[in-house]
Amino acid sequence: MKQGNTIVIDPVTRIEGHSKITLHLNEDGRVEEARFHVTQFRGFEKFCEGRPFYEMPSLMARICGICPVSHLIASAKACDSLLAVRIPPTADKLRRIFGLAQVLQSHALSLFYLSSPDLLLGMDADPAKSNLFGVAEKNPELARDGIRLRQFGQQIIERLGGKRIHPAWIVPGGVSEPLTATNRDAILDALPEALSIVERTLEWFKSTMENFREEIASFGNFPTMFMGIVKQDNGLTFYDGKLRIVDASGKVVADALDPTRYSDYIGEKVEPWSYMKSAYYKPLGFPDGVYRVGPLARLNVADRCGTPLADQELAEFHELQRTAVLSSFHYHHARLIEMLYCVERMERLLNDAEILSLHVRAVAEPNALEGVGACEAPRGTLFHHYKIDDQGLIRWVNLVIATGHNNLAMNRSILQVAKHFVRGHHLTPGMLNRVEAVIRAYDPCLSCATHALGQMALHIQLLSPGGEVLDQVARG
Amino acid sequence: MSLTAAVKTLRIDGRDLSGRQEETILDVARQHGIFIPRLCEMEGLSDVGACRLCLVEVKGQNRLLPACVTAVEEGMEVTTNSDRLQKYRRMILELLFTERNHVCAVCVSNGHCEMQMLAQGLDITHVHFPYRYPKVEVDASHDRFVIDHNRCILCTRCVRVCDEIEGAHTWDVLGRGIDAKVITDLNEPWGLSETCTSCGKCVHVCPTGALFEKGRSVAEMLKRRQFLPYLTLMREENE
Repeated sequence: MKQGNTIVIDPVTRIEGHSKITLHLNEDGRVEEARFHVTQFRGFEKFCEGRPFYEMPSLMARICGICPVSHLIASAKACDSLLAVRIPPTADKLRRIFGLAQVLQSHALSLFYLSSPDLLLGMDADPAKSNLFGVAEKNPELARDGIRLRQFGQQIIERLGGKRIHPAWIVPGGVSEPLTATNRDAILDALPEALSIVERTLEWFKSTMENFREEIASFGNFPTMFMGIVKQDNGLTFYDGKLRIVDASGKVVADALDPTRYSDYIGEKVEPWSYMKSAYYKPLGFPDGVYRVGPLARLNVADRCGTPLADQELAEFHELQRTAVLSSFHYHHARLIEMLYCVERMERLLNDAEILSLHVRAVAEPNALEGVGACEAPRGTLFHHYKIDDQGLIRWVNLVIATGHNNLAMNRSILQVAKHFVRGHHLTPGMLNRVEAVIRAYDPCLSCATHALGQMALHIQLLSPGGEVLDQVARG
Repeated sequence: MSLTAAVKTLRIDGRDLSGRQEETILDVARQHGIFIPRLCEMEGLSDVGACRLCLVEVKGQNRLLPACVTAVEEGMEVTTNSDRLQKYRRMILELLFTERNHVCAVCVSNGHCEMQMLAQGLDITHVHFPYRYPKVEVDASHDRFVIDHNRCILCTRCVRVCDEIEGAHTWDVLGRGIDAKVITDLNEPWGLSETCTSCGKCVHVCPTGALFEKGRSVAEMLKRRQFLPYLTLMREENE
């Protein structure tokens, strides 16, 4: 809907959580400012206070139904440091497999369920058809592949953790049950199919990139820093390592940062118009310290993937741009390469000689009053930070979530897309869809980022210089 | 009194049954595999008739009677399950859920909780009363055990097992009505209790996740309640 000189898209569709977008127009009807408002509030950091810390992984998993495993991992790692234990090596590997399965299913959800309608049917497609059913009509194999791949990831989670959503299997000190040979073999048997799905989707995606030149040039294509966790050898990882930050030219800005000291270099700013905080790199201040996290960032910071097929694709990916790969449109591409890595890496871990060991849990009383856990969630770096009292009850919680890191960059991306595609006081579905599509490229999870409940939907507002609402569009 | 005079014959749910005169309706029903829901009653402990879930219909009586404290009588006709009883039982459980903060999904007793099982058995999917959401403390001062008052339903099994079986009487009830709560010693932190022997019986008789062992994660608190009748039996034999 349009009133005066403001366009409102409310709600934003095909993303995870609730949000709206407002576009402010100048006198000439050109977009002057854009804001991404997250309109949900949850309060997880507050209501955990007073709970025994052993409950935290399961409580934190409830932040999200899509990436509960990342919250379980970050939370359990924070609890491991409260116990001050080194978890058994098999537990470490099992947690890694669990995390990879989740990245695979979450990336499949983002790419196939949420973004493939834009990629297959085009940005100007009829909104009524821009969904997985529209995809299934035009390219049934693509839709089937997406559903199958997500199912594959979810089934691994179920085989390891007992259920697909919010499994309580990851506990402070390790995992609650060892892996059985039957489950290991069942997962290994299904891996080749998953691999071929990812491979053919990658080929399809690369073949469609030609159709999106204008989008690639304007979808969050600007210089920012990138942050991600890398292994000791600077390879790609999702579970554990050191933080690395690179600038837009691909040069390392900060290396081997200890993730547990995140508050030394990451600040969080609260804006009055959104429930989502904006994270920034402290040495450069706000808002110059803008950086991106997630698949694009991870592939920009890591030297290698460490698995043959993914490394081959990574080399091709880096050919897209000599510097760091800057366009947020390439998040999709990075997501596919990461899926390839997940399948290859899982196979290696599942064939580990120790993987069926029964020793999967370290038992201890709390030995430290403060603990930080960090991991790479599908959408980027995730921090859980807890303080407990001497009885083991939670006294303070801080969560820094992937989508929060990307907030500044998402706002800038919306402005860039809106300036490029939105003209005049009249809105077309294609214009709006591009504004939404750039958000989808980031695959934000607003439920996580605001720690709110409900379905994702988009709301775009067009505002006049005087601030009145010119037009707004609501979908959801 | 002759031996036969002590035996009463009665009918429960249409079945002709008999019990000794000191036995309750619940005792006789249990002996014959007839299920009557209850949360405060436990074999091996004295009965208090507090939870009212075992209410049954007795022919000729206008009011419902608690099966756990009603002695069998000659010629009694008892109905343990009817639409009316189900309605009341659901209501009682729903009220228990609203009284404090029961969040099954993240509870140590998820999947092993007596209250959760009863609710599932009565097909409770929603609670029709507004939740109170009181702010209630967790006492984790004991070395091995935790009491989370959020999940306490005041069944007083802990109070009775501590007094009657362990003989320590660490637990008791403070306050009245909605303000009532179980306390250790004279309302001191559990970890400071001088009477507690750390035997853990209270933890294992607790029907919900209110009492649990430290370090247990979600759904990990399996309670062993079957020990109680044996303890009682051995004690009686030794006396």
